[in-house]
Amino acid sequence: MRSRGVGGGPGGATPQELARAHPEPAFTVTVDGREIDALPGQTVAAVLWTAGITSWRGTRGSGAPRGVFCGIGVCFDCLITVNDRPNQRACLVPAHPGDTIRAQEGTGHDDLVHDDADHD
Amino acid sequence: MTTSSTTTPTMTRADLAVIGAGPAGLAAALTAADRGVRVVLLDAGAQAGGQFYRQPAAGLGARRPQALHHAWGTWEALRDRVATHVAAGRITHLADRHVWFVEPEFGEFRFGVHALLGPDQQASETVTADGVLLATGGYEKVLPFPGWTLPGVVAAGGAQAMLKGGLVLPGRTVVVAGTGPLLMPVAAGLAAAGAEVVAYVESVRPAGFVRHAATLAAHPGKVVEAAGYAAQLLRHKVPVLVRHAVVAAHGTDRVEAVTVAALDTAGRVRPGTERRIACDTLAVGHGMLAHTDLAESLGCTIDDTGDPFVVTDAEQRTDVDGVWAAGEATGIGGAVLALAEGEIAGYSIAARLKGVHLQGVEARPADWAAAARTRSRLRHFSAALATAYAPPAHWAEQVTDDTVVCRCEEVPAGAIRTATAELGATDLRTVKLLTRAGMGWCQGRICAPGVSGVAGCPPGPAKRPFARPVPLEVLAREPEGP
Ligand SMILES: Cc1cc2nc3c(=O)[nH]c(=O)nc-3n(C[C@H](O)[C@H](O)[C@H](O)COP(=O)(O)OP(=O)(O)OC[C@H]3O[C@@H](n4cnc5c(N)ncnc54)[C@H](O)[C@@H]3O)c2cc1C
Ligand code: FES
Repeated sequence: MRSRGVGGGPGGATPQELARAHPEPAFTVTVDGREIDALPGQTVAAVLWTAGITSWRGTRGSGAPRGVFCGIGVCFDCLITVNDRPNQRACLVPAHPGDTIRAQEGTGHDDLVHDDADHD
Repeated sequence: MTTSSTTTPTMTRADLAVIGAGPAGLAAALTAADRGVRVVLLDAGAQAGGQFYRQPAAGLGARRPQALHHAWGTWEALRDRVATHVAAGRITHLADRHVWFVEPEFGEFRFGVHALLGPDQQASETVTADGVLLATGGYEKVLPFPGWTLPGVVAAGGAQAMLKGGLVLPGRTVVVAGTGPLLMPVAAGLAAAGAEVVAYVESVRPAGFVRHAATLAAHPGKVVEAAGYAAQLLRHKVPVLVRHAVVAAHGTDRVEAVTVAALDTAGRVRPGTERRIACDTLAVGHGMLAHTDLAESLGCTIDDTGDPFVVTDAEQRTDVDGVWAAGEATGIGGAVLALAEGEIAGYSIAARLKGVHLQGVEARPADWAAAARTRSRLRHFSAALATAYAPPAHWAEQVTDDTVVCRCEEVPAGAIRTATAELGATDLRTVKLLTRAGMGWCQGRICAPGVSGVAGCPPGPAKRPFARPVPLEVLAREPEGP
């Protein structure tokens, strides 16, 4: 996973503060070998954005980085490997405790034999 | 995935299958259920609400979700009425169902509605029904420009959807750009949630609004809504640039800056006006497109003279018997119009659907006269908005040859131009066959307007066999009818 991004905003307000969220207890998922926190109900894409990760796929042709684009399941740009199943749409799939989430290269099938560490 | 769900596809029986639980589908389901119709409501989402009323995931425990919403009272009323009908068994809400095909004459039933289950979409189940309402809404149109495939460049409504549903932001420093009324609530929402919106870039000329002032004046509610968003933008000190466009996004692994330029009256970039704005996110959109795929495969007439939409009559009936459509699938017009169309469809369905236990009440247009007035007022208004918010006429000139236009198959603009200029392609189908543009995962949903603009050919019908990619195992297993 390549790029880092966000936590809260500059004004101090965060989306959770704005909506007065009192989430159920967080759990962890593994993202390319690294443990990150996830909140119940959040999609894999939301979990990654919270951790500051905005790209998690290399395209089949040029290997260009991609992440969320449409946010609603239409564009298939956000494909990711969850628990060894490639081509899951990160913007639709909810995260579950203990999920093993991995960046996806190309068709998503080639890298399944590799070790997690390859993707750091 | 359990064995039972894969070997024996489940079958649920309904008078009416409503596909889409947004404003249109909910209004129709409620109106029909009020009149004794047994409704099964299917939606791809985990919760009802659609795009406009997208809810935070339950586990997030949001005590004030309305902070991210407009017209929350309307939502509460809808939600409570649905709950009452669900408790009484008149509405069954099937969440996490991605409908991939509506099959006419499914055994002894008029329709079989086939849906893939859950986010992993490996198993399918079927709802049988005497009537179907297509309330599938729409998705965003985003036209290509150099750098639009960089991570951190997101569809404007997509950023809004991630915010409403997951309470997350894509970055800290955001440029909101493109054209259309959706940009306003998106910019206001992102700013309220703590993002710094460093520029709001709208390509439309203010004069475009003045010309439609009379239409606006006739819609005080809309003016108030827009004024509310404008006040929010002002409060967050969001710099607004009108008659400007983002002409490029820059970065390597993620967007780091955009180039913004002024447009002349013809919609061309005014040379020398380009300047860079640093940002880590670009939320961009150029309007909305209707989901027409299920209607197309059912054989309903689609109007594709401009952006395609499902054609319906005064009662929201399509030209295929037993199939109604409402909301943005029948043309882009916002949530209030979707509610009105859904209500009218619900009345028509209750009257016309003569199921086993339905008596068949009279279709009385007087019942839906108020909704019909709202509908005609708002259709008029949306038509004016669509004209006012047209993307800049010469946007395709900014698309360099190396800009990827089809994101799935990574087809650059240069290849599309070669297909038309040198290989003689004159329609989109030929361009597609020559370049593979539109043949990837999204089946051309995202790139069709871009390819069509760069190629200079009209979009034409899409002809997708299924509304979702369907696993082969599911196709092999699908029953021929009960
Ligand atoms: C990403 C996005 C964000 C938006 N945000 C705003 C906003 O903040 N403010 C605003 O004023 N307007 C917004 N809009 C515009 C919004 O679409 C309309 O105002 C309104 O929601 C339209 O209502 P509808 O009932 O026609 O469709 P929608 O609300 O879009 O509902 C359609 C429903 O159908 C479901 N669906 C579609 N196809 C299938 C299928 N094959 N199988 C199962 N279910 C399916 C979808 O999951 C969705 O829940 C947004 C639009 C989009 C695309
Ligand atoms: S972001 Fe488009 S499908 Fe997930």
